[in-house]
Amino acid sequence: MTLDTTKTLSFSPYLRLQWEEAQQKHVILYPEGIVELNVPSTEILKLCDGAHNAEDILVELEEKFKQPGLKNDIYGFLEVAIENGWVS
Amino acid sequence: MAGSVNDKISPPRWLLAELTYSCPLQCPYCANPINFANIKSELNTEDWLRVLSEARAMGAVQLGFSGGEPLIRQDLTELVRHARQLGYFSNLITSGYGMTEAKIVELKEAGLDHIQVSIQSPEKTLNDELAGTESYDHKKEVARLVKKNGYPMVLCVVIHRKNIHQMHDILAMASDLGADYLELANTQYYGWAHLNRDQLLPTKEQFVEAESIAQAYKEKVKGKMKIYYVVPDFYEDRPKACMNGWGTTFLTIAPDGTALPCHSARELPGLDCPNVKDMNVHDIWHHSTAFNHFRGFEWMKEPCRSCPEKTKDFGGCHCQAYLLTGDMHNTDPACSLSPDRQRVYDAIFQARHDAESSNAKPLVFRNPKNSKALT
Repeated sequence: MTLDTTKTLSFSPYLRLQWEEAQQKHVILYPEGIVELNVPSTEILKLCDGAHNAEDILVELEEKFKQPGLKNDIYGFLEVAIENGWVS
Repeated sequence: MAGSVNDKISPPRWLLAELTYSCPLQCPYCANPINFANIKSELNTEDWLRVLSEARAMGAVQLGFSGGEPLIRQDLTELVRHARQLGYFSNLITSGYGMTEAKIVELKEAGLDHIQVSIQSPEKTLNDELAGTESYDHKKEVARLVKKNGYPMVLCVVIHRKNIHQMHDILAMASDLGADYLELANTQYYGWAHLNRDQLLPTKEQFVEAESIAQAYKEKVKGKMKIYYVVPDFYEDRPKACMNGWGTTFLTIAPDGTALPCHSARELPGLDCPNVKDMNVHDIWHHSTAFNHFRGFEWMKEPCRSCPEKTKDFGGCHCQAYLLTGDMHNTDPACSLSPDRQRVYDAIFQARHDAESSNAKPLVFRNPKNSKALT
């Protein structure tokens, strides 16, 4: 799959992204399932808010973490997120 | 060791709240206990609110409202609202019978996350026959209304010998209804399904064909519809890792408040399952004899005890071991290494015999009259 980096991304309205105190982690909740997230994945998904596209997310997170060269990681995760229906 | 307190007990993640055993349907594969009609007491609203709070405080996050038919409970919306405030992701597991659009909207506003509607068959006559109630048209209408009102559409079809040949039509129905998730649940033989096993268990050829149709379709609709295929363990070589391991993940609360490590566990003799009216959920999970009984590996007999795969399947299903061998501590005969494996072959043989017989036994429907007559 090729990611369209200019398309605005939104987290699915059918799912929920929330902090779980017991697990000390963010999770995605969907019918019949739970996915545990690490910190970078959570940061990416929080920016899938209907206002950012993949390029915006890359710029924002490289700035936030003061770390260049995140392109492959971020775009790679977004491809997985789209394939799983978490983001569209 | 049975009854021991393990420091490494993981918290529950899934809570199944069986709100009532009352149901307008009579499905002959129902997982409820045969003697449900004799269990009349139901937790009140206050008890359920407390149970939801206690389980959530421990870390439970996926919540199923089930039954019987959970729509029968007058306090359903109140429970849903409380669940949402606590941060649960909640699922209503319903036949759709008695559901109205007003109720669908009301539950959505209260914070319900999804509704799973079950349909018995894509064919009206068979659906209504299996449900024991004329319900087909209404169920399809409810499925459409669920989708229309912004919920993910979760469709569940229980698979058995009466409908397994309809797999193509089942998939077409799911597509037509716009299902986002489709659960193809091969019947698991507990409760009423165990009673009716000879009439419900498909042949191996039927299983193989249905599974290949479903798997091919799964590829085709990838990204559009998510298909959960619950495998039929009678035709597998290894047992399922039942409940992801006893007392590790799942907590079921029955209508009368009995806390169960799996929804069939009240069929097991001598487990002495605790009740939420006598103990709080934390103590039940950590300290009750029933929840500790099959934790760890100390309880195991051979061939499980020395088996390298015990960390993967935990010896399989204890309810199935009990129903097929009379001892819940035995290896699940769904495992080909079980010394009781013959019981599975016998069950398959009996079912085939019934299928080919001109004088097949009738299905016993799940209703209060039959429940009382059988217990």
